[in-house]
Amino acid sequence: MIPYPTDHGAVSKVSTQVDSVFLFIAAITLFFFLLTQGTLIWFAFRYRRRKPGHDEPTPYITGNRMLETLWVVIPSILVIGIFVYGWIVFDNIRTPPPGAAEINVTARQWLYEFRYPDGASSVNEVRVPLGAPVRFVMTSSDVIHGFYLPAFRIKQDIVPGRYTDLWLQPEKTGSFDIFCTQYCGTGHSTMRAKMIVMDEPSFRKWRSGGRGSETGPMWMKGKALIERYGCLGCHSVDGVDRIGPTFKGLFGRKVEMEDGKAFFADESYFRESILDPTAKVVKGFDPVMPTYKGTLSDEDIAEIIAYMKTIR
Amino acid sequence: MADGYLEKRGFRAWAFTLDHKRVGVMYLWTTLTFFLVGGLFAELLRLKLMTPGPGFISDKTYNVFFTLHGALMIFLFIIPAIPSALGNFFIPLMIGARDVAFPRLNLASYWIFLAGIAVVLGSLAGPMDTGWTFYTPYSAKTGAAVTTLSFGLFLVGMSSILTGLNFIVTIHTLRAPGMSWTRLPLFIWGMYATSIIQVLATPVIGITFILLAAERLFGIGFFDPAKGGDPILFQHFFWFYSHPVVYVMILPAMGIISEIIPVFARKPIFGYKAIAYSSMAIALAGFLVWGHHMFVSGMSGVAAFIFSLLTFSVAVPTGVKVFNWIATLYRGSITFESPMLYALTFIFLFIIGGLTGPFLGSLGTNVQLHDTYFVVAHFHYTMMGGTVMGWLAGLHYWFPKMTGRMLNERLARRACLVMVAGFNVTFISMFILGYKGMPRRWAEYPVQYQTLHIIATVGSWFLAAGILAIMWNFWRSLTKGEIAPPNPWRGLTLEWTTPSPPPADNFEVLPTVTDWPYSYGRKEGRE
Repeated sequence: MIPYPTDHGAVSKVSTQVDSVFLFIAAITLFFFLLTQGTLIWFAFRYRRRKPGHDEPTPYITGNRMLETLWVVIPSILVIGIFVYGWIVFDNIRTPPPGAAEINVTARQWLYEFRYPDGASSVNEVRVPLGAPVRFVMTSSDVIHGFYLPAFRIKQDIVPGRYTDLWLQPEKTGSFDIFCTQYCGTGHSTMRAKMIVMDEPSFRKWRSGGRGSETGPMWMKGKALIERYGCLGCHSVDGVDRIGPTFKGLFGRKVEMEDGKAFFADESYFRESILDPTAKVVKGFDPVMPTYKGTLSDEDIAEIIAYMKTIR
Repeated sequence: MADGYLEKRGFRAWAFTLDHKRVGVMYLWTTLTFFLVGGLFAELLRLKLMTPGPGFISDKTYNVFFTLHGALMIFLFIIPAIPSALGNFFIPLMIGARDVAFPRLNLASYWIFLAGIAVVLGSLAGPMDTGWTFYTPYSAKTGAAVTTLSFGLFLVGMSSILTGLNFIVTIHTLRAPGMSWTRLPLFIWGMYATSIIQVLATPVIGITFILLAAERLFGIGFFDPAKGGDPILFQHFFWFYSHPVVYVMILPAMGIISEIIPVFARKPIFGYKAIAYSSMAIALAGFLVWGHHMFVSGMSGVAAFIFSLLTFSVAVPTGVKVFNWIATLYRGSITFESPMLYALTFIFLFIIGGLTGPFLGSLGTNVQLHDTYFVVAHFHYTMMGGTVMGWLAGLHYWFPKMTGRMLNERLARRACLVMVAGFNVTFISMFILGYKGMPRRWAEYPVQYQTLHIIATVGSWFLAAGILAIMWNFWRSLTKGEIAPPNPWRGLTLEWTTPSPPPADNFEVLPTVTDWPYSYGRKEGRE
């Protein structure tokens, strides 16, 4: 069975701290749960009317100062305790240690772009080294998005027009989910990314080696681009229409627009749809695709088109 | 058998009535309709969520459905359900008045409400896909009919303000001779606190809707960072109304529970003043905690500190009410007719809803749980397990008074059990889903979550079956129920002193009050 996105053990100091706050609150609330539900059920059972149609004599109790003071004072103290503990951990969640490496994140409908300090960038996949603090400096180019790392118990909204940040210090290698948690439109639930934590040697090797210089046939590079840029969140390659039309058999097919006009899906059509997606929207679909102008280069587009031709 | 206030028939007798009871009944039918429509959308959402990938409705349609589920349930059902329907019907009856202070304004409120609904339905031409929270910039950019919808909700809000104002004046000026504030039934206290919130908070959402419309129509840019605006500002405005309004939803329900428990336990309410004042305390504190919806929005650490601390201050008066209800049961002579069964269910579910609150109010755990199914489950335990159960308890309690007929007890009890079982299966699954990281408002999800989603969906079928059985009981009992006596539950509040259903002018002679309405049990030193 695949573990839940939250269940990767103690992946950072902060995640362990958050779990302890959770347990602390759980212990207090469990106590009150048992106390109140137990008393409720016990009283309802114990003082049920035994002779139908006849009230048992009941005492005229309208209050009890001692009891009423107690159940104001004790919960007040406990909630202050919960508040203080929660605040301390929250402060840790929000305060990155000095010297954290920075990765810029730009979110948009419906993908995350990551930029490393050396200028390299990637989409929907970010790699970070084990044991070193990393700070994500985030902004959005359209609507508000979320950035949620369930395994690390942290989350931050990404807001257009300002920077928000989030930091972590991973103590475990592996691949971890990143989810968008702020509703951002049609593709909201497909806006997912991965954070890959690598040990120091493999991270260094990955950094120095081969990014962007893979060799292989054009269509294979196109396939890699399609996967990396989150296209598959909306377009399938198996013939099922999702948020956008399926890629399967799309190239060379005659596609009809909402206004009844029809075009052959040729190279120019693909290029236009990548750079100006709402210009010609296939009938039955909403004009929701974001532009990839400035994100994909001419070579990238050529490679993607090469791949399109192979999906029959 | 007199038909009381129901005697006159025909469209005009209803549409132009100045009788608060008829206005209440019209509100009841209207809100009930949207409860069922909103519920239907919920069932469709649950069906879609049985599979993790694309389903029988597209992701876009899913987004429209969850928006409609939320918006209809919140604005057209749960906010007006108890105040406008039961409040209208019972405030004058319980304080010994012939009507509300401004009967014409009351009728106008209803018609404004209907006009608002018409506009809201008109917005279905461009179905809303923003969620019921309308966060900018998405709501400013989407092609959906946000402007139309916000105008409709503006009208609904106006109706809500006028109703609240009417109730405040009614409670201040029309109480029967002898009904001092400490002899006021607790339902009236709850309604009083609610009305204050409605009058003070609703204008803010009205203004927010105007700003949003201005943003969309004229591109003014209050919330657009490119023009120097701030999208977070919208969230502050929105929650400044929408947080207090959860107390508009829950306080009247708590009032109903405070009425029902003493009647069926044959005991005076425990801690009357504490319950009354805690309603006011919750209403007041409720205005100061809106920021707890925004801990991960990018607000400053200082703001988060203050809002979290204040949020916990709401926990205490809420806890006090629960303790008081339970203490009222102590040494009672308890019977379990359907109103009491629903009231006890309310307490049972509301405790779960309440105790899951600190996980969200605490900053350390909020960051993890925010915008996950944990919030969805918590919200439904307080609003459905709380408000809807309180509403159903009230409907079962007052059905005989409103219609002159008794409900089928056996069916009412069985329906309650089926519904509560289904409810818990559905929403406990959601607590676990949320704890495991499932984000809310997701049409598709990673496959790990599927088992719990299926369990939640199956639970929702039982929930729906219970609700339908309750509705069937209401419908059937309208004509087939036994004729109700004036006071079937032997309650001491004033509405039980008039015939069932009450005559058009409520009381033959206006009552004079000499005691508070909770004198159950044996008084020592007296009698």
